[in-house]
Amino acid sequence: MKRQAIISLFIICFFVNSAYALSEAYKDNIYNPGKLKPVDSVLKVKVGQKAPDFPLPAVSGKKIALKDYRGKKNVVLSFVPAAWTPVCSDQWPGYNIVQDIFEENDAVLLGITVDNIPTLYSWTNQMGKLWFNVLSDFWPHGAVATKFGVLRSDGMTERAIIIIDKKGIIRYIDVHNINERPPLEDLVRALEKIK
Amino acid sequence: MYKNILSVTLTIFLILTAAAFAVAQNAPPKAGSALPEMELLKPADSAYLKYLGLPAGGASFKVHQIKAKVAIIQIFSMYCPYCQADAPNVNRLYGLIENNPQFKDKIKIIGIGVGNSQFEVGVFKKKYKVEFPLIPDADFKIHKIVGEVRTPYFVVAKLDGSKPPQVIYSKLGAHEDVEVFLTQIVKLAEIK
Repeated sequence: MKRQAIISLFIICFFVNSAYALSEAYKDNIYNPGKLKPVDSVLKVKVGQKAPDFPLPAVSGKKIALKDYRGKKNVVLSFVPAAWTPVCSDQWPGYNIVQDIFEENDAVLLGITVDNIPTLYSWTNQMGKLWFNVLSDFWPHGAVATKFGVLRSDGMTERAIIIIDKKGIIRYIDVHNINERPPLEDLVRALEKIK
Repeated sequence: MYKNILSVTLTIFLILTAAAFAVAQNAPPKAGSALPEMELLKPADSAYLKYLGLPAGGASFKVHQIKAKVAIIQIFSMYCPYCQADAPNVNRLYGLIENNPQFKDKIKIIGIGVGNSQFEVGVFKKKYKVEFPLIPDADFKIHKIVGEVRTPYFVVAKLDGSKPPQVIYSKLGAHEDVEVFLTQIVKLAEIK
């Protein structure tokens, strides 16, 4: 009886408890992986530490290194798990309309996934023209995510936001529940504190 | 033996009930049907309360309380690229209504930001200079009630004092021509 109740509850939860709203921009092209383990990695960095540097290729064709911003800009790293999935597709387009908030806080945004450049190119094209760089941590697979400790056991990254100040010091870490989008106000408040 | 049969039957029943419940939750409003009841967060801004004809006080309101003949409900998200691109069109629709004495007091627009916090809805409002009320649905409660539709989605309800209001239009996607959309609403709602 207990087992039956659990099965029913699972079915209801599976169908009903989604925490995303899909844009028509993606039509029927979004793959739903279902509910995942909220966090599946162990952080290797902490607030107050120097951020590990990295160079990564961007969709724009540039090679972006964290040190490029040293002494110039605060850097927001937005790791999202995978292209063409529900919550991820519902995150960066919001950041795309708040360039002014990033600029007011002297910050740049770098979006990172472990997808390859062609995949990221076609996916981000659906979001409109993005003002920020989107980087591919595809090969060696998840090397940068591994440095930060946000690579999950299935090879995707966590849904994580890491803010690094102009001195290269980590000032904010939010390894969020992968199934939910982090509220924008949390990111903005964190940026304002650093400014 | 009987215990096993009973157990299997009960399991199947519970699974079917659960699945039926889930499917029932997922149906978008259909034209000709009753608008599902939804408890919306009441705007704090007095100008919005005046626009919707709502009394001050209380944390929430329902669509049938809007003082108008028709309510256009825009289901959107700050995070939706198509909603962002469509924002100027919906603003234009609002302008067409507000600048026409025939429609001004009869047709009202509300936007429901699904999965959006008050802050996020505020960002969208500021970015696109939206003048009509945008209501946050941070926990996706309304989104579930309207069948977890993709965004933008438009539901138009006729408010004739009956409870619940009747859906006269329900469609996914932006409107290429808001004048055509408005004409269609006026016709469907028989506004004179």
